[in-house]
Amino acid sequence: MNQPALVIKNLKKYFPVYSGFPPRVKNWIKAVDGVTLNIKKGETLGIVGESGCGKSTLVNTILRLEEPTSGEVALEGQDIFRLNKKEVAKLRKEIQIVFQDPFWSLNPRWLIKDIVGEPLRVHFNLSSGEILSKVEKLLGMVGIPKIALYKYPHEFSGGERQRIAIARALALEPNFVILDEPTSSIDVFSQNQILKLLKKLKEEFNLTYILISHDLSVVKSMADKIAIMYLGKVVEYGPAKKVFESPAHPYTNALFKAIPDANTKDINSIIALEGEVPSAINIPSGCRFHTRCPVAREICHKEEPPVIKLSEEHEAVCFLLKKGERGESWL
Amino acid sequence: MSNYFEIKDLKINFETSEGIKNVIDINELNLHKGETFGIVGESGSGKSVLAMSILRILSSPPALIKSGKIMFKGKNLLELKEKEIQKIRGKEISMIFQDPRSTLNPVFTVGQQIINVIRHNKFLSKKEAEKEALRMIKLVKLPDAKNTLHKYPNELSGGQRQRIIIAIALSCGAELLIADEPTRNLDVTIQAGILKLINELKEELEITVLFIANNVNLVFIVSGRVAVLYKGKIIEIGTSQEIREEPIHPYTRGLLGIVSPAEREIKNLTEANLKEGIKAENSICPYFYECKKRIEICKKISPTLTKVKVNNGHWVSCHRVIDREVDNESTSIGH
Repeated sequence: MNQPALVIKNLKKYFPVYSGFPPRVKNWIKAVDGVTLNIKKGETLGIVGESGCGKSTLVNTILRLEEPTSGEVALEGQDIFRLNKKEVAKLRKEIQIVFQDPFWSLNPRWLIKDIVGEPLRVHFNLSSGEILSKVEKLLGMVGIPKIALYKYPHEFSGGERQRIAIARALALEPNFVILDEPTSSIDVFSQNQILKLLKKLKEEFNLTYILISHDLSVVKSMADKIAIMYLGKVVEYGPAKKVFESPAHPYTNALFKAIPDANTKDINSIIALEGEVPSAINIPSGCRFHTRCPVAREICHKEEPPVIKLSEEHEAVCFLLKKGERGESWL
Repeated sequence: MSNYFEIKDLKINFETSEGIKNVIDINELNLHKGETFGIVGESGSGKSVLAMSILRILSSPPALIKSGKIMFKGKNLLELKEKEIQKIRGKEISMIFQDPRSTLNPVFTVGQQIINVIRHNKFLSKKEAEKEALRMIKLVKLPDAKNTLHKYPNELSGGQRQRIIIAIALSCGAELLIADEPTRNLDVTIQAGILKLINELKEELEITVLFIANNVNLVFIVSGRVAVLYKGKIIEIGTSQEIREEPIHPYTRGLLGIVSPAEREIKNLTEANLKEGIKAENSICPYFYECKKRIEICKKISPTLTKVKVNNGHWVSCHRVIDREVDNESTSIGH
């Protein structure tokens, strides 16, 4: 149970930037720049970060939707980048994904029964009657009534569509489900229900989730472990409870303070980070956060900060933690 | 109550092939000069329709303003001629729209777009208008104002674009700013910056802000007073402190996470439901189907806004307040 089921080791994904004629690679966008993570079976790993920090590229690489530049990802001991085409198809049975926007991820010309039945049709040799009864069961699981089978995606609200997308992801009975911002495009009420449903399904099928979100409240309610990403790197990683109680990295601190929650008194108690996320082409030298860091020192401009172990499993990448200072006091 | 801005008996219908749908039904809403008033509601509750009806930019059909008044400084905005409302748009009431990616014109530079607005409203020479535009860009705290003026929207990030839009909205001296989900689609760290900017500008320029969003926490920290909108009706209104400390309507309590929000049945799959919804409009509490605490009377009479306590401005539209049942229960289910 406590063996890591998915091991990501120093994973990198660079995208080339072409220019000139004939086109030549002029630059690289370093979307994922050396990520190392372990995910245990039955756990939920939350990945948090601003847009453009490489969250989605990371999971696309895990799914082999993108080929990595370097690094390895091992699923139960097997390096997934060495798989051939047939084996990749098997991999898809293991890892499934629920995409961000249910308005785009469901084919508008297909009936719901075809959308949810598609993975079954591809992977198993079933008759259409068998598929239909399975689809019915899957829809029942996510709380969509039978009547939906012969309807099109546009007849459903955002929350309902996301349920259909979840049913499709679960059709192959995967062990891993990647949730790429599952609630970002639906309203607050449906959000709560989707999260509840995901929790229920996790218990029922003993699923392992990788949850990507920029909404910290979603991550807080779901995740066991949290990885905070900034410009392609994980800057803090640890058990969710610990990270929320005592965030160590200045970026984590800034993220937490930027979001109003039920205890925020007024506008003055939220803190805005200066500036914008730097471009992933010209990543700042030294610590990549130093351009926006409220407590940057000289050393941060020059050298890459080390990984500091704060306690078992709780790590952060920052020079200032070396001296034993805590994040909160700086801000 | 001041007569600065007032909405009275506003009813807006959407006439579609499925029937007439009542989208907005507001009895009374007052804004005081210089305050930030927040409106919370989920998508489809009519927030944006309300905002657009104030500036009369609703497309009709399908929207149809049935009845009501929107009074602004003694004038009824709904009765003004197109030419007269043109003078109010931008000069007196201005609006920031939801999506900073699609509100700016991609083929003009940011500077051209600001100058356009200024020259349209103020009859300044090009040079003067450019000076004014520069001042506005500085006002919204964009660094390197001169260069920003010559940039195209695609060269700016979402946060910067939203700042430009705020600059455009305020460039002609509007005193009432309608911010319709100004931070939607923005990252949390950028969102914080935009909220702070709006707040600072409000103090600096002494404007009134109508802040619309679907995130409760966001609205509460920004606004002095808050109205909760549900299916086009105001179901709770009061200062943000009052509502936060003692939310009364079951829907608001769900929003604030005090009680777990009602399990919403998957409706609108059957047409019967839809028809029922339209038919039942006026004789039923709008929250009836989802309310866990509904009682017999909720089915018969639609509740009206009632004062919670005698001497404050906290109003709730729920039958149970009248019976004081909610109060007793709030202690039992509270935490």
